[in-house]
Amino acid sequence: MYGGGYIFDEPNNKQLREEKVHDEPEKLAAFEERIARGEKIEPGDWMPTEYRRQLIRLIEQHAHSEIIGALPEGTWITRAPGFKRKLALIAKVQDEIGHGQLLYNAAETLGKTREEMINDLLSGKSKYSNVFNYPAKTWADVTVIGFLIDAAAIVNQVANSKGSYGPYCRALERICYEESFHLKQGQDAFIELATGTPDQKAMLQDALNRWWKPIMHFFGPPDKASLHSEKLMEWKVKMASNDDMRNQFLDTYVPKIWELDMTLPDPALHKNEETGRWEYSDPDWDEFFRVINGGGPCNQERLQVRKWAEEHGRWVRKALMQPTEKHAMPVA
Amino acid sequence: MLNKALTDLLTKMADDELILGHRNSEWTGLGPVMEEDIAFSSMAQDKIGHAWALYNIMEEKQLIGQSADMFAFCRAEKDFKCSHLVELPNAGYDFSLMRHFLFDHAEAIRYESLQDSSFEPLQHLSKKVKGELKYHTLHANAWVMQLGKGGEESYDRMQTALNEIIGLAAGIFEPSKDYEDILIAEKVYPGEKELYTRWLESIYPVLVKSSLNLPDMAGLTPGYGGRQGKHTAYLAPLLKEMGEVFNLDVDANW
Repeated sequence: MYGGGYIFDEPNNKQLREEKVHDEPEKLAAFEERIARGEKIEPGDWMPTEYRRQLIRLIEQHAHSEIIGALPEGTWITRAPGFKRKLALIAKVQDEIGHGQLLYNAAETLGKTREEMINDLLSGKSKYSNVFNYPAKTWADVTVIGFLIDAAAIVNQVANSKGSYGPYCRALERICYEESFHLKQGQDAFIELATGTPDQKAMLQDALNRWWKPIMHFFGPPDKASLHSEKLMEWKVKMASNDDMRNQFLDTYVPKIWELDMTLPDPALHKNEETGRWEYSDPDWDEFFRVINGGGPCNQERLQVRKWAEEHGRWVRKALMQPTEKHAMPVA
Repeated sequence: MLNKALTDLLTKMADDELILGHRNSEWTGLGPVMEEDIAFSSMAQDKIGHAWALYNIMEEKQLIGQSADMFAFCRAEKDFKCSHLVELPNAGYDFSLMRHFLFDHAEAIRYESLQDSSFEPLQHLSKKVKGELKYHTLHANAWVMQLGKGGEESYDRMQTALNEIIGLAAGIFEPSKDYEDILIAEKVYPGEKELYTRWLESIYPVLVKSSLNLPDMAGLTPGYGGRQGKHTAYLAPLLKEMGEVFNLDVDANW
């Protein structure tokens, strides 16, 4: 998983601040020409202050989403039914943590340390994908997350992997490769329930009904309300608009859900054949903003778990920093 | 008789791995550093994978009359033969790491001894898992040495963890009175007493390098009982959790 399309910014930072930062015009022009030519920007290269700031924010939030996103599914590892599902789920969640690690490393190349990023996560200053502020109540929720939320994340991540910042693109290429397996295991478990006993099917329908709204929120608010300027698109930080990604997701996955004889809780959901775009009811954007600002069902719990891990692991990290007692034991 | 003895050996090995794999998997998302989350998850997969392989051998050889899934997810607590060491909750990373160190050395030694086993499926499996276990013990050794010498608090925590669980770890080698003689005679494996001696030889040098003191083993009460189906209070809730979804409908495909 798990990068959502929405890049949260502090309310007082909503405007791009390029006009306030005086990047040298010649360097800026050369930078923009490189991006227009399709070149990748590397860590040592000159880049506008605002480009760096936006990228840190984007990659950091993506990394947080990976490690927080591991929590709702992680609670089902111990309850996964049967060896096949159990092993697949541990491997999948482990991958997500690994993605977090890759992404923190990518963000560190821009000058912010992992510790600073984790501290900002714990203090609430830095956000993660909203979708993980909802609970995974049953096994069917795990299959919905593994299938549909991973699918949504792939749409976003494949787009971002074509972006302009080299380390982020390379991390995303590897992430997308692993995600395609996650999607398969999620889809397989989803289909098992959809074609299973009446109780299994009912369990899945209930999960779909509860997750549909967060899934519609996943790519962020409609373009008309989006606060991010075209500059991010021009710099290839943001590679596709929220509505375009949402449409692409709906176009691929709604038919797959309907084929399995499952329903979605939006009677207005349909494809307008003339425009080729999907139309749907307002998925309650007020709720989206309420949840992102801390008012979701699991915001507190998710951060508390991360705080527990930080506090209980502190002595280990301290011991690792011990400079005098260094072991030179080869690992392999 | 040999079949019963084989079932006993394979069941206790598999149950240990399943339950410790379950405990290790609980670290996913909670480790002291992200890299350790990943390591514990990875080892959890290996352990659960070994358990699955052992149950499958028993199914194939008709030592048990049910599928590996049914045997693992639906069995009564009293029919489990895991040691008390693996049943305990994770507590902190100090406890979990020390358990990992003590258990994985025992496991590595057991599989090493099975490379010459007269029971072919075990011989094959032991050759397959050898490569995995090498990394488990390397991981455990590196961390125990680092944390044993990682300053006062860290040393203190590791020594305390060792003192607290060394007796439970000795319980891994609880003798199986009714079955062991025949397994030794048939050259299936060398027996628990021999493995216990080899285990002490294996952990001792690492503890010395870590500046940790191995308590006097003669004065310890080993944590026996698990191999006879007598368990700590922690196993029953773990099993209930593990089978929660599977037991909603054991005939359904999940």
